[in-house]
Amino acid sequence: MPTFLRYARLKLQNWPDILFRSITRLSAFSVLVLLLAIIVSLVIGSMPAIKAFGFGFLSSTEWDPVTDQFGALVPIVGTLVTSGIALLIAVPVSFGIALFLTELSPRWLRRPLGIAVELLAGIPSIIYGMWGLFVFAPLFGEHIEPWINDNIGVIPVIGPFFSGPPMGIGVLTAGIILAIMVIPFIASVMRDVFEVVPALLKESAYGLGATTWEVMWNVVLPYTKIGVVGGIMLGLGRALGETMAVTFVIGNAHSLNASLLMPGNSISSALANEFNEAVGELYTSALIELGLILFFITFVVLTIARFMLYKLSKREGKVT
Amino acid sequence: MTKLNTLLKSIGLATVLMTAGAAMAENITGAGATFPYPIYAKWAEAYKAKSGVSMNYQSIGSGGGIKQINAKTVDFGASDMPLKPEVLEKDGLMQFPAVMGGVVPVVNVSGIAAGQLKLDGDVLAAIFLGKITKWNDPAIVALNAGLKLPEDSITVVHRSDGSGTTFIFTNYLSKVSADWKSTVGEGTAVSWKVGTGGKGNEGVASYVQRIKNSIGYVEYAYALQNKMTHTQLKNREGQYVNPSEDSFKAAAANADWTNAPGFYELLTNEPGKASWPITGATFILMHKIQDKPESAKSVLSFFDWAYSNGNEMAAALDYIPMPDKVQKLVRAAWAKEIKDSKGNAIWK
Repeated sequence: MPTFLRYARLKLQNWPDILFRSITRLSAFSVLVLLLAIIVSLVIGSMPAIKAFGFGFLSSTEWDPVTDQFGALVPIVGTLVTSGIALLIAVPVSFGIALFLTELSPRWLRRPLGIAVELLAGIPSIIYGMWGLFVFAPLFGEHIEPWINDNIGVIPVIGPFFSGPPMGIGVLTAGIILAIMVIPFIASVMRDVFEVVPALLKESAYGLGATTWEVMWNVVLPYTKIGVVGGIMLGLGRALGETMAVTFVIGNAHSLNASLLMPGNSISSALANEFNEAVGELYTSALIELGLILFFITFVVLTIARFMLYKLSKREGKVT
Repeated sequence: MTKLNTLLKSIGLATVLMTAGAAMAENITGAGATFPYPIYAKWAEAYKAKSGVSMNYQSIGSGGGIKQINAKTVDFGASDMPLKPEVLEKDGLMQFPAVMGGVVPVVNVSGIAAGQLKLDGDVLAAIFLGKITKWNDPAIVALNAGLKLPEDSITVVHRSDGSGTTFIFTNYLSKVSADWKSTVGEGTAVSWKVGTGGKGNEGVASYVQRIKNSIGYVEYAYALQNKMTHTQLKNREGQYVNPSEDSFKAAAANADWTNAPGFYELLTNEPGKASWPITGATFILMHKIQDKPESAKSVLSFFDWAYSNGNEMAAALDYIPMPDKVQKLVRAAWAKEIKDSKGNAIWK
């Protein structure tokens, strides 16, 4: 075969490659374009509010549609506090679930338990919200909140955070419901990454006389930390943006309270509640700016997570 | 494979039918307030059975309804809050009331049955402002001699979403309490001083049923259907009235619709011994100059039919039909105000 023909045939074989590469590249870039488009439209939409309130929007607790005075502090705090409570509860519990499933559970129990955790992740958020409002909130309000009031509410310093009328709904309830919602995400990621730890590493540690806890803490966790932090971030991402479940139980009041038992508001629930009936340019625009802030918070959280991982990997090998 | 084929064909057919339907302009589209949705849906169903014209109503909220009618994506908009005459003028719209409802305060206080607790406007405003915080506050006790009120804190429940119900309620409070008017004011969403927010009438209803010693406000229909404990209210004549179809009708009958330009009439704090003080109508918005006279005519025929034949259906769903004299006024306004692009009246 003459050389030029061979080259021609080679080129002919090349074009599906080129096509494939362009298609994948297009798909990858479309994500960037989409992200950019969303940011741009959010910024344009929130321009009237940005112009009217400036940075004061972030620090004002005012939310008065009648006089067109808006501030985002209450929903920002609500979003951060509920997500914080959720992680505080969910991370240790998920760690326990993953530890039990990978190290301690009898073999026959692993699959059913694992599937149960995954099923929990598949329940729509509105179901959690309704369960929270109709089942959890009454129980919480009647039996647990009075106890919290009497026992934790009287302790100096932290007392004010835990006293208030036992309504069953409020920031704490929202945080607990969120915790239940993010546990399956964090737990299943943790379990998956714990499972990929080479048996050689673990068995060496056991062979040296380490307890299960020492193996988990000193071998498995350091080996899987990227995956674990990733799982926690996945959970945090869900908690920050969760709308329906929070809307049901947070109480939806634009007021800033020290007490976690009082109703508050989160960014996503404010949007879900008010966007439909928001009349007037400034009101709508203030709500869109809330969306922009949520976007920004998520971005910052992800960046911090990346940075933490980077720091951790730099420390590798230096600390024993 | 055949199944798939049939499916594809039926989808195709459905698409063709839908496009054809839109082209015939036989279908009416409307969007807006959620409060009247059940009755509009009921009317639409009955009207379709009779005339073959179907009415497609999307309950996206009053704010959305106003936006959609201004954008001309629908034949009519619906709002629980009437637009002020100057706004109507500016946007080239006309509005008319379709059906009425009442807002009732509901409470959950142990030992108090429906209709036992008496409140007046000042006390109600003070409770919702957070100035009265206990059920045994002297101001409440003074109105309720003989009723045993607990020494517990009041939990206020309000709407968390923007709502016509909130508008009617806050409009009433603004009329009866100067304090309320200056600190909170009226609107579909306001800056609440105290309390917790429930989404929708059903949200408020479930919070009030759940939380002990709470007070909230819901549409009358919700209070009835959920068997909630409503209160009596003192009306403008100083009489204590219970919410009922009759007391809503009394408020509507005493309203001065004739002198309300653009039907901008809120039925709160109306005169009349039997009038329930927190009554309100829900409104339909249409363009004064119609690009598509046929669809406008269809819309008007629909509401004309609903006025004449829909009263029983409305009452069955606990709405209050518009009084006859108001219907007459509305029909006259149609004839006078809604025109095609050449200036000819559409409704004759």
